[in-house]
Amino acid sequence: MTDPGISAEQAELATTPRSQWADIWDQFKRHRGAMWGGAVFLCIILMTIAGPWVYWNDPKFVPTGRDFLELRDTRPIYVALWESSAKVSWAYPLGTDNLGRDTLGRLLAGGRVSLAVGLAAMLLSVFVGTLIGVLAGYFRALDGVLMRFTDLFLALPLLPLLLVAVLLFRDRLSGLFGPEGGTFLLIVVLVGATSWMQTARIVRGDVLALKEREFVLAARSIGTSPPKMITRHLLPNVMSPIMVSATLGIATAIITESALSFLGFGFPPDFPTWGKLLFDAVDRMELYPERVLWPGLMISLIVLSVNYIGDGIRDALDPRIRGR
Amino acid sequence: MLTYTIRRLLLSVPTLLFISLVIFLLLKLAPGDPMAQVPLTVPPDVKERMREALGVGQPWYVAFPKWLYQFFAVEPLHFVDAAFGTSLGEGQQRVISWQTRSPVMDIVIQRLPQTLWVVGVAYVVAILIALPIGIYSAYRQYSWFDNAGTFVAMVGFSVPPFFSGVLVIVIFSVWLGWFPSIYDTTHKVSDWESFVFQLKQMIMPVMVLALQITSQLSRFMRASMLDNLNQDYVRTARAKGLGEKTVVLVHVLRNSLIPVVTVIALGVPAIFGGAIITEQIFKVNGIGQLLITAIQANDLPMVQTLTFIFAVLIVLFNLVADILYGILDPRIRYD
Repeated sequence: MTDPGISAEQAELATTPRSQWADIWDQFKRHRGAMWGGAVFLCIILMTIAGPWVYWNDPKFVPTGRDFLELRDTRPIYVALWESSAKVSWAYPLGTDNLGRDTLGRLLAGGRVSLAVGLAAMLLSVFVGTLIGVLAGYFRALDGVLMRFTDLFLALPLLPLLLVAVLLFRDRLSGLFGPEGGTFLLIVVLVGATSWMQTARIVRGDVLALKEREFVLAARSIGTSPPKMITRHLLPNVMSPIMVSATLGIATAIITESALSFLGFGFPPDFPTWGKLLFDAVDRMELYPERVLWPGLMISLIVLSVNYIGDGIRDALDPRIRGR
Repeated sequence: MLTYTIRRLLLSVPTLLFISLVIFLLLKLAPGDPMAQVPLTVPPDVKERMREALGVGQPWYVAFPKWLYQFFAVEPLHFVDAAFGTSLGEGQQRVISWQTRSPVMDIVIQRLPQTLWVVGVAYVVAILIALPIGIYSAYRQYSWFDNAGTFVAMVGFSVPPFFSGVLVIVIFSVWLGWFPSIYDTTHKVSDWESFVFQLKQMIMPVMVLALQITSQLSRFMRASMLDNLNQDYVRTARAKGLGEKTVVLVHVLRNSLIPVVTVIALGVPAIFGGAIITEQIFKVNGIGQLLITAIQANDLPMVQTLTFIFAVLIVLFNLVADILYGILDPRIRYD
């Protein structure tokens, strides 16, 4: 039965059903903050990935002798706008530090490390959180134990324990994987192991609710095994809270890593991360405020953009808001 | 309610015991040696006896109950002695710091006022700012004020305290020269001028701490107000002819404050943790700074005590939040 009033366009819409992800993308596009956040996030990632290939200065190069005196403590190029006697050089757009190392180069290299730590720690924390959440929600026998375990983690004073743990294991892991690899592994594992609790709680709640639905009963009645049930029926349905906590997890991980570096419990001295650059610059910030401002600005920007993306994804995945 | 409170209090005892055991075992792995600073001329057997006196070599099942006894029996006794001039704890070994060789709790009690002062003022300021912002944002949802509030809140909890702290130092003490960048804890308030100085040195740390709390609380207040503003009882109140002020500030606000109060209680331990960083920036010698120096100096008894105090705060305020929720909201009954 066809309605003669229907236009060709509507007919086409009716015949090609839109996928759920297209709807989500449409809703996401309407969130202006999230689009801006996404743009800034991609920009920073591109900059840190492509930057070191395009940029001409080597961040690890330490000048010696006369070069050292000439190159050290160069101010950023824009300082020349209001201070004509400032020591600036077009070859070093953001100046150099007190050892003559290029600030922009170190900022780009530090961004790679900070982002890598953020992404890796987020993956670990989401993996652990989802695993514990699904197990606790699906298997009733495990629920009590796993949730008490989660509560216990929530009651731990995390920052003091992180500081202690870094101090305890840094040397041991440095011996095994080298000073940089060891610290990287340590920080990723520590941050991941201390930030999975929220994900676990949310996933458990959703799984508990999903378990009572008819499609799960139907799947069980045709003999679906528990592992298949989890991967095929439950996980796709809890994707949205997992994605939201994954985006927000990047922000937490980057902030935690920077906080550790800032307190002096992070990477070795010659290995730049944004938190480390900030920490190194604090002592001389009266004379060279730019060395504090740029890394701090990068951390704040990336966290802000990630938070906005998380906000957008949450709105886009919420069917009550979508299509309004 | 009372039975619930008692049950929760009893339940928190094993939780705290377990947490203290976790902290204890973690610190047991520490590679440091308290005798590392002792001169090399001291013969090894004397060193060994000194280690024994400090109880370093004992296995954990001996050392842990001893620590528990010291912390929960000897320390309170000494506290009572100091308060009432009795001599109950005389001759009993207290928890001794490896750094200063003086009782850990004495140092903690010396440092606590500085932290409490800065953190407490910041928390009160943040609450006073956040609540009105949240209420007005919700009342005028999607107005320019609400949008600006959302943006500022987003920036507020995206900018980490170690950057906002450094930023305000650069702006207000380096460029403008208004406030001192270092918090002077030896400063005593005796007259108007010293009071103004105290105020000036407190502004920046309080501002940094308050920014983060304000941004979270104001968002929470807004969401809670929005939940209530569309309820039927609000329409009823308006239909009865009550003034807009009464409807919003009495009916809606009282109901929206219930979850907000619990969030305020839950936030207290977090802000002590956050104060670790803020204290480091402004050189406040509170317990956060004490913890950092203790970790760097491998002063395990100090680290253990402080970490445990943080854990107690978390468990305690979780309990407070749950009980407050039950008291404030008559619909919630735990029994």
